[in-house]
Amino acid sequence: MSEPKMSRDGAFIGASVRRREDPRLLTGAGRFVDDIELTGQLHAQFVRSKVAFGRILDVDLEATRATPGVVAAFAADDLVMAPIAALLDRPFEQFRPTEMPVLAHDTVRFIGEPIAIVVARTPYAAEDGVEAARVEYETFDAIVSTDAALAHGARRLHDGAPDNVFVDVSLFDTPGLDEAFERAAQVVEMTIDSGRQNALPLETRAALAEWDERESQLVLHTPTQVPHLVRTATAASIGVPERAVRVIVPDMGGGFGLKCVVGREEIAVAAAAKRVGKPVKWIEDRKDALTASFLAREQRYVARAAFAADGEFLAFECDVVCDMGAYSCYPFTAGIEPLMASGEMPGVYRLGAYRVRGRAVATNKAPTAPYRGVSRPQYVMLLEQIMDQAGRQLRMDPLDVRRRNLITEFPYTSINNITYDPGSYLESLDLCEQMVREEGWFERQAEARAQGRHIGIGFACFSERTGYGSSAFAARKMLVVPGFDISDIRMDLDGTVTVTSGTMSHGQSHETTMAQIVADGLQLDISRVKLHQGDTDRITYGFGTFASRSAVIGGSAVQLAARALGEDLLEIAAHLMETNLDNLELRDGSVHRRDTPDERLTFEEIARVAYLEAHRLPKGVSPGLHATASFDVTNDGTFSNATQAAVVELDPDTGAVKILRYFCVEDCGVAINPQVVEGQARGGIAQGIAGALFEEVTYDANGEPSCASFMDYCIPTAMEMPDIRLAHLETPCIYNETGAKGAGEGGTIGAVGTILGAVNNALEPTGTLLERTPITPRAVHAAMTGGTR
Amino acid sequence: MKPAPVSYHRASSVSDAVDLLTTLGEESKVIAGGQSLVPMMSFRLARPEHLVDITRIPGLDSIELADDELTIGALATHQAVLESPVVRHSAGHGLIARTMRHVGHLPIRTRGTVGGSIAHADGSAEWPLLAVLFGARVVAEGVAGEREVPAEELFFGLYTTCLEPDEIVTRVIFPPAKGATGFAEYGLRHGDFALAAAGVVLPSAVGATDARVVVSGAAPAPTRLPATEAAVAAGASDEALRQSVMADLDELEVDDDYQRDLVTGMVIKAVKEARTR
Repeated sequence: MSEPKMSRDGAFIGASVRRREDPRLLTGAGRFVDDIELTGQLHAQFVRSKVAFGRILDVDLEATRATPGVVAAFAADDLVMAPIAALLDRPFEQFRPTEMPVLAHDTVRFIGEPIAIVVARTPYAAEDGVEAARVEYETFDAIVSTDAALAHGARRLHDGAPDNVFVDVSLFDTPGLDEAFERAAQVVEMTIDSGRQNALPLETRAALAEWDERESQLVLHTPTQVPHLVRTATAASIGVPERAVRVIVPDMGGGFGLKCVVGREEIAVAAAAKRVGKPVKWIEDRKDALTASFLAREQRYVARAAFAADGEFLAFECDVVCDMGAYSCYPFTAGIEPLMASGEMPGVYRLGAYRVRGRAVATNKAPTAPYRGVSRPQYVMLLEQIMDQAGRQLRMDPLDVRRRNLITEFPYTSINNITYDPGSYLESLDLCEQMVREEGWFERQAEARAQGRHIGIGFACFSERTGYGSSAFAARKMLVVPGFDISDIRMDLDGTVTVTSGTMSHGQSHETTMAQIVADGLQLDISRVKLHQGDTDRITYGFGTFASRSAVIGGSAVQLAARALGEDLLEIAAHLMETNLDNLELRDGSVHRRDTPDERLTFEEIARVAYLEAHRLPKGVSPGLHATASFDVTNDGTFSNATQAAVVELDPDTGAVKILRYFCVEDCGVAINPQVVEGQARGGIAQGIAGALFEEVTYDANGEPSCASFMDYCIPTAMEMPDIRLAHLETPCIYNETGAKGAGEGGTIGAVGTILGAVNNALEPTGTLLERTPITPRAVHAAMTGGTR
Repeated sequence: MKPAPVSYHRASSVSDAVDLLTTLGEESKVIAGGQSLVPMMSFRLARPEHLVDITRIPGLDSIELADDELTIGALATHQAVLESPVVRHSAGHGLIARTMRHVGHLPIRTRGTVGGSIAHADGSAEWPLLAVLFGARVVAEGVAGEREVPAEELFFGLYTTCLEPDEIVTRVIFPPAKGATGFAEYGLRHGDFALAAAGVVLPSAVGATDARVVVSGAAPAPTRLPATEAAVAAGASDEALRQSVMADLDELEVDDDYQRDLVTGMVIKAVKEARTR
């Protein structure tokens, strides 16, 4: 493996440095939780509810315990585990506090809910034990839709949540909205439905827990995006001090949000390991990952939008109902989806008046967690369909409707009280349209239509708040307020640097990008920098990786820490070289004099003094070389933006949607590593396409999920992915040191609406408008033939 | 997703396998590539007490052409057929190799076997459709000895054949297609189970009535479409073909409009491929 290359001006930031993770990951030398084997390790599986809604009358584990190979089996009453409670500081009318027990003890609320944990010598014996368990239920009618959950007299899932509503917030109601509708030239009405999805990390959830008697500490290896939050929740649940839990995260095979909440299973595994006194490993199988982990995205938006004759977006009214399933997730709560949708619409568009209500509804389905984009794929899909429809009704080019309303002057404080930092909303649309035009797709569409073929072109313009700081989460009224990040940095005797981050790479290659930042900050080679992450004993409290926060917040903390260390190096060097600070600079792993550039002290030489000859340090300077820095975003954060476009063709016989070409013009400010950003964009678009065309978890009337394997959960493969043409614009973030904005979610956020817009554009001759994802071939076929869906 | 306890038996010959199946009784299952059985066992939807592994039986994976007839051993994998020069270059059998790229994905094709697919009789699978299309003869061996079953009589319905519990498919004999051939399939993803598929053999000569059209997605097992076969033999236009398929689907009582269009679309596509070859 050749050494990574710097960019032309010698900087690492902005260079497509090869991912330092790749050699191990690509040669099978990665170490995931399932690769860790501890002496005497036992294996766990869960007895899970077979009914969607019911009261547990009896859990009989006698036959389980008698099963060959089974070591122990515990139901809720056998282990001390306090329930997980995710809370918002909002009045009862807005937020109903509920709990998620680690193991269900009196009520079961979805099929797959864990009831008991079985610990055995092999994974096979554990399943034999699960099979032998007998659970008796009093079964209630399953509530499998928000309509049923909200119906008068519906049975409550949680006593604390009357009407089965977790969250009900009306964040905005601009005076004069109704009048704006009255004077509108056109009113667009739109109802958008989004199917329930699984974020589907390749590596399923897992836990390997061991009680370390010597340290009086429970060591929990688990693939989580939020190691410290898992520590906090686990310690609280099993009733030990925070210090008595150590969470270690080895290599991770993806998360996408599904792993940024605390699951019940890892806590149960921890409690079981503590009880049996041996290491206990649980590897979630794919069936449970598909049916009993965390899902997302099942939402309905009922909206009205008022437009003036010239296309001005006058008023917007929206009712958002999110099917959050059975429980509220920790720490975000079931408010995650409705609060995101209500709070962040109308996105990139200027708007005169806004009224919104957002609800999180409880149903007998697996609970939800944030999933890449969180509600934004859905509301972008809604807003972009509205722009297209406004164009149709106003007889305007739908792109001109967008142009009429896009925010173009920054900073801009929107109707939603968010102040948007500079972006390239209009420029990205113009460039994206130009790319589509250059390749002749508008002409090709016209020709195809003349031949009776159904080609459509769709666009989506959007921005994405990245790097939510403490203030943004505090505004959501979360009781746990993520936001800041802290980095500790240390230079060792050999001049190498170790830096910590509270963020947690689960595929984003922080070992590369964070090191790029440090290498530039200290002017040393990237090979001299090592990142530590994912170990709560070694890293100061941090909030992990989600909401595209790592580059923006974690990267800034890392950069500030590097700067602080650099200042220490300069101060010591100034003393040793008997000159003043202004005469010194960091270059090539050394401190150089500016007046006599050949004269220098290498970092190793300075480190030798700092550690082995401390008597030579300047007065008042402590021995050693280490620094700490923190970073938080104290304003509304920084917004990445993009425009995506898709060209699709519909097959009249099958209803299949073939993506002929895909375009994405993104702006995430300074790309620390352009190749990593490109990978995020491509992967994100793939997941967006998955939601647009392929994936859905459905439930039958009994609450039985449809998808137990990839036979039914239709995850697209590389064969279904289009050729994507990417372009990068750069409007640097003005609030942080690197100029980087988040790049993790945008691909997904835009793709769903882009595809639906393209399909609806192709369907224009039929007069049918599709308003639901996934867009099934059957629905397209019905639209094309005028038949029933 | 871990199978229930099961005993494993390795058969050294076909007769050994038949003996094992007979001795072990109804709770025993033949395993070859395991591409259908093992997932079902992992879900504990299938829980045989005994597995009789036939993969080490010598000679069962041969692919041979003799007197224009192609004989494929039960243990030949889909990928072996796909790559086989014998199949690819046989004028009457090229379609069989071409169709293999629709069978799952590479890992599935390199393990899954022809005999397994035939015996499993998944109504959406390619092999049962090909067997009926070519008028193949399936050779099975059991306690009563060896017999040949015409493919059209083999498949009763979904996952159902006329094979006895002690019988093992040993090879499948494909007579050559006498006319040009075509195949089309539609699934939600590449390599996914087909929602509809069609295989077509055009008539051997102008005026001949030996055209064959076999589809999946219209009935639990692959089905010949007689009206469509007549239309193909008569050189019908796409529109006339469409009407003939619809007539056949009426006979089969397929009333889902989407499914009808899928099957029709695949037939038209397969005919088009055959006509342009």
